[in-house]
Amino acid sequence: MAKLSTFTDGLVKENIVLRLMIGLCPVLAVSTTATDAFGMGIAATFVLVCSNICISAVRKLTPDQIRIPIFIIIISTFVTLTDYFMNAYAPTLHKSLGLFIPLIVVNCIILARAEAFAYKNDLFSSILDGLGTGLGFIGAIGLMGLVREILGNGSVFGYKLAAGLFSPAIIMILPPGGFIAMAFIMAALNHFTRKEAC
Amino acid sequence: MGKELFLIFLSALLVNNILLIRFIALCSFFGVSSRMETSIGMGFAVIFVMMVSTVISWSIDHFLLQPYNLLFLKTTFFILVIASLVQLEEMFLRKYVPALYRAMGIYLPLVTTNCAILWGALYVVERSNHFNLLQSIICSLGVSLGYTLAIILFASIRERIQAAPIPKAFQGAPISFITASLMSLAFLGFVGLFGLQL
Repeated sequence: MAKLSTFTDGLVKENIVLRLMIGLCPVLAVSTTATDAFGMGIAATFVLVCSNICISAVRKLTPDQIRIPIFIIIISTFVTLTDYFMNAYAPTLHKSLGLFIPLIVVNCIILARAEAFAYKNDLFSSILDGLGTGLGFIGAIGLMGLVREILGNGSVFGYKLAAGLFSPAIIMILPPGGFIAMAFIMAALNHFTRKEAC
Repeated sequence: MGKELFLIFLSALLVNNILLIRFIALCSFFGVSSRMETSIGMGFAVIFVMMVSTVISWSIDHFLLQPYNLLFLKTTFFILVIASLVQLEEMFLRKYVPALYRAMGIYLPLVTTNCAILWGALYVVERSNHFNLLQSIICSLGVSLGYTLAIILFASIRERIQAAPIPKAFQGAPISFITASLMSLAFLGFVGLFGLQL
């Protein structure tokens, strides 16, 4: 039961993006289409789970003083792997995500989970934690991608919705739209969770 | 030559503003901008570290990675260089320029995990095929001044907002995102200035 909660906590209750507000850059920057958003979410989750596994596996061998450089080397190895893998098998996605793939290295989410969880817990819980946090991240970035693509481009995953229902507001796929979408998603979350508390 | 450098500078400073248009380093943008002094400290730490790290990563890319075909090590190399550079700069400043060290305070070590620095290095190096060292320095100066400009503007708006009546659901983070979105809209107006594009 305790194991299960390490997985579910990351989904909504401690959602890393919407609740703790870290790892915001990719959520705002590459959520112009749902495809990009889910691609980014899956890439980051892959890195997160793999680095959690590695860091948890070597946690007893890691000297305390130099743990951060070690984490960073492990993380950047998986990021480079992801970068080259995507370049080979999903070149269009790789092109539209651009510099945000190497930037997964400095994504606070991954270092935060390494430091706060994987370094202190056993392998199995670290995998669960990585998956939970990663799915929470995919959920947040995917939601942003869907909202922005529907409102800004009138399509979902590149498929046009019934044209003529409304004319898309291009602002939503421009930079300001990212901030607006995020503001309204957070406000909605605030509104509904506050009601539950009462 | 001078005109070209000016355009590179302007493009990095306004048209491709790192925070509001490119969505990099948003964690620090929302994290430290609640007070004016902290944003100024962070801004200057970013300018200082980014200038130095750009020069170093440009040289690494130009003299080590490209001649020896080691480009797959780019991400790992840069992040390690940046992390150790920040430590070195911290020691150097504490010893030789204590006034500057005090002014930057805690923000200097925090800059390591600020994705602005790694992005700056990658952004300049991605263009290093046609950027020489001087152009890279000017570009990174523009990027880091753009960061400081945006964060100081944002902090001054946020200080005023604290006194304003805000709907309950929008209090805290959401209203900051709305503010950022309006600022981003304003910066979007710079597109096309002297024919500069995103």
